[in-house]
Amino acid sequence: MELLLVLVLGLLYAAGIYLVLRRSMVRLLLGIMLLSNGANVLIFVIGNITKGSPPVIGSMEKVFQEVYADPIPQALILTAIVISFGLTSFAIVLLKRVYALVDSDDLDDLNTPEEEDI
Amino acid sequence: MIDNHILAPIFVQLFTAIIQLICWRKTVTQRYLSVGGSLIGLMVAFRLFGRVQESGILTMNAANWDAPFGIVFVADMLSVTLVLLTSIACFAVSLFSSVGLSRQRMLYGYFPIFHFLIMGLHGAFLTGDIFNLYVYFEVIIISSFVLMTLGGRKAQLEGAVKYMAMNILASMFFLTGIGMLYGITGSLNMADLSIRIQEVQNKALIGITSCFFLIGFGIKSAVFPLYYWLPSSYHTPPSAVAATFGGLLTKVGIYAMLRVFSLIFVPDDFIRTLLMVIAVFTILTGALGALIKTNIRRFFSYLIVCHIGFMMGGIAMFSKVALMGAVFYLIHDIMVKTNMFLVAGLIRQLGGTMDMSKLGGLYRNYPKISLLIAIVLFSLVGIPPLSGFWPKVFLFQEAFAQHQYFYVAALIIGSFITLYVIANMWVQVFWKNIPPSAETENLFAPMPPYKKILMVLPIGLMALVTLYIGLNAEAIVKIADIISTQLIDPSAYIDAVLGNKTD
Repeated sequence: MELLLVLVLGLLYAAGIYLVLRRSMVRLLLGIMLLSNGANVLIFVIGNITKGSPPVIGSMEKVFQEVYADPIPQALILTAIVISFGLTSFAIVLLKRVYALVDSDDLDDLNTPEEEDI
Repeated sequence: MIDNHILAPIFVQLFTAIIQLICWRKTVTQRYLSVGGSLIGLMVAFRLFGRVQESGILTMNAANWDAPFGIVFVADMLSVTLVLLTSIACFAVSLFSSVGLSRQRMLYGYFPIFHFLIMGLHGAFLTGDIFNLYVYFEVIIISSFVLMTLGGRKAQLEGAVKYMAMNILASMFFLTGIGMLYGITGSLNMADLSIRIQEVQNKALIGITSCFFLIGFGIKSAVFPLYYWLPSSYHTPPSAVAATFGGLLTKVGIYAMLRVFSLIFVPDDFIRTLLMVIAVFTILTGALGALIKTNIRRFFSYLIVCHIGFMMGGIAMFSKVALMGAVFYLIHDIMVKTNMFLVAGLIRQLGGTMDMSKLGGLYRNYPKISLLIAIVLFSLVGIPPLSGFWPKVFLFQEAFAQHQYFYVAALIIGSFITLYVIANMWVQVFWKNIPPSAETENLFAPMPPYKKILMVLPIGLMALVTLYIGLNAEAIVKIADIISTQLIDPSAYIDAVLGNKTD
């Protein structure tokens, strides 16, 4: 299971970085989404993927006796997912707006010389 | 020492923003609230600064979880100095933006978002937990996205795309670094990490992890190969927003670098060489970029990049004197860069444009304002008694001591080009006659007097602070000395964080 997840996360990072390096705005967006999911899976893998061993200490014991599922990475992922959800939704709206204004999907077209404001 | 007042600057900003959200679309109320909130924030920051100066490093354990397990907030000298400077800049910008912004932008929530941004900055400076630092970074970038796009002009949105893409990428690198760091050490508390990282056998893995942090913070602070987003986006938003960004946002990257590379990844020879190469190229490319631009805010953006290199060099040399120079430069830079963009906004009001070839004759028409601006510009260049001069003394001294002659050369070239660019700007904008072909409109003259005062007052206030930094350099050197001592030897920080048990 861990090996599979490691492969998946490598694939997510590779695909994400490849897409971010493209010139198209939609691909940039997809790349950002894949990268953030890759980071989440990375943190998930770090927290020891074990089946049926919650981080609860028995009443007779002082410390954990065996491998347990670390709860902290899961809390971290939860935070990271919420954050990346917010960022992604902002990115979608921004890119849609830019597409409506510039009428192009190409990042190289975003160089209007017009400026001047307060 | 445990002290819950550490959180006060964060809460002041948070509540200001929330109350402003309740007064949605009431722009006049929001303006008063913004100025009032910033003023209270400034006083709170002063008080916190005094307490830390008196009784050393303060910490606060959230929800009374003992140190390595819960989230901890730490106020050491570096943090409170930056919180204080941020509060001063926040006060000045909120005064300026109460008249320097269009009503349209205020209607759509400029002020609350601005205060959320400042809250994120305070939090990033005060937290002692690396994941919490990430969360505050996200608070900062999401607020800055909104501020950058507010108004929705084409150039603004185009700049925002580049800004957004690079900043999200930086966050991803940072998050990946945190994940790997947690995997290696099993801790997120920065003081605890500092101890645990020394026990790790696999040094190569630590090196790779530190590179993730370097890239993440490098994008944020706009260093050499990663800075292209900055000059292509910072000239698009209104000047009040650009002032907040230019003065404070890149400096958070420098702060995070100072913190992480002094506490967790103490730089080895490889990282130091890498940082030094980055610093030299950052100075040179920033300076060369500033040479060719004619729009005031565009070359100011390149000057930000150039001067980030000065501080990077200080971090690269990583000795007490070098860090003193870097920290002093950081203190000076926050004040001056914020003020520079406010000056750019004022010039836009006076001359109707920011293109230097179309401007002229400001000195003849506004001699007093011109002299005020001259103080800001001279401080930036570092004419001896003013603030930009003193940190360079330390940087030069340490660069010669460590035989970093490339850095010395870059420092000299960077300073000279800054001088040349600013002198050129002075000639073009203030001394030259208005070119007859230019059709400029003066937006400043028809303003009512209270608006004129509110526009010039923040620049005057910040110029006073800069003058204080320059003319009373001894006090600042003392502060920088304490900070660099704490950075070089983090045992005081670690003891303060891990020594505070509640039982």
